[in-house]
Amino acid sequence: MRIAMTYTRLRTEERMLLDAFEGTGATVEPIDVRTESFDIDDPGRWSGYDLVLDRCVSLRASMTISHVLERFGLRCVNRAETIEVCSDKLRTSLALSAAGLPQPRTRVAVEEPGAIEAAEQIGYPAVMKPTVGSWGRLLARVNDRDAAEAVIEHRATLGSSQQQVHYVQEYVAKPNADFRVFVVGGDPIAAIVRRSEHWVTNTARGAKAEGVAVNGELADLSRRAAEAVRGDVVAIDLFEHPERGLLVNEVNHSMEFRNSVDTTGVDIPGVVAQHVCGLVESARAVAS
Amino acid sequence: MTTTITAACTECDAPITFDRPPLNGQVVRCADCGAELEVTNTDPIRLELAPEVEEDWGE
Repeated sequence: MRIAMTYTRLRTEERMLLDAFEGTGATVEPIDVRTESFDIDDPGRWSGYDLVLDRCVSLRASMTISHVLERFGLRCVNRAETIEVCSDKLRTSLALSAAGLPQPRTRVAVEEPGAIEAAEQIGYPAVMKPTVGSWGRLLARVNDRDAAEAVIEHRATLGSSQQQVHYVQEYVAKPNADFRVFVVGGDPIAAIVRRSEHWVTNTARGAKAEGVAVNGELADLSRRAAEAVRGDVVAIDLFEHPERGLLVNEVNHSMEFRNSVDTTGVDIPGVVAQHVCGLVESARAVAS
Repeated sequence: MTTTITAACTECDAPITFDRPPLNGQVVRCADCGAELEVTNTDPIRLELAPEVEEDWGE
């Protein structure tokens, strides 16, 4: 069994994954895709792999390469389709909505007047986010119409055309905590709760995490959210609304877990490696 | 028997040790000065200051 692990930066997570494959019987080749080019008609050496595990920190690289490799019939984890949906907050929201999952109220607009209207309809405080972006970058909590107009003007002046998609959500006054659930092969395997003094409870922004049992509604919603995006290996972010209960906030297709293994006591990279090997074995069983 | 590979931090010149052969793109943190460094060549080993977060990076 030969597996390619594509990356653009070999972080602790990628090292942990390489270690996790030892003893599985699979040969895993880490490939720095920054030096690769692809013939779209000829898979070349890529035909020698059974599966590609995408670990590119660059979204552009993940999306481009998974599309090309799927063209050759290679199974990618995650699928190009999952990366497309998860990397765009609007597309994620639409997928969650279509699956009937609870999420913060969301409006979208494509020009300034519509964006103001969206914020007014949501009510203040509202949260304005770029549809593409991660690690809590460029999130803005707007407390009134003046602030909304300022953020919209900044986006119009400084941003790319992608920044002109105005994605506005209700602000949910969380008890300074939110949940992250790791879902592998449809199973919620581990969860953490993140606490922060800041309203952006992202560990990349300094939030502290601790392990929490993953069962009941937390597990059920996470499983359904992963299914909604056809995610193989995804991390679901949820938080609790004071009246509506748990809401799904985001689905991450290239999850980071270095600080969650000790916290949860779950060998997350080990479970990912087992799942990936299982996918190859299942595909072989079907083919034979 | 494992071979330890050593390179110098580009910021403070402190030794950075690898207990396994490093890979291109691997990110290491200097224990002395805290600089985040990226392996840009493995033979001979070359380290450069790792790039800041880029716009399309994330989860």
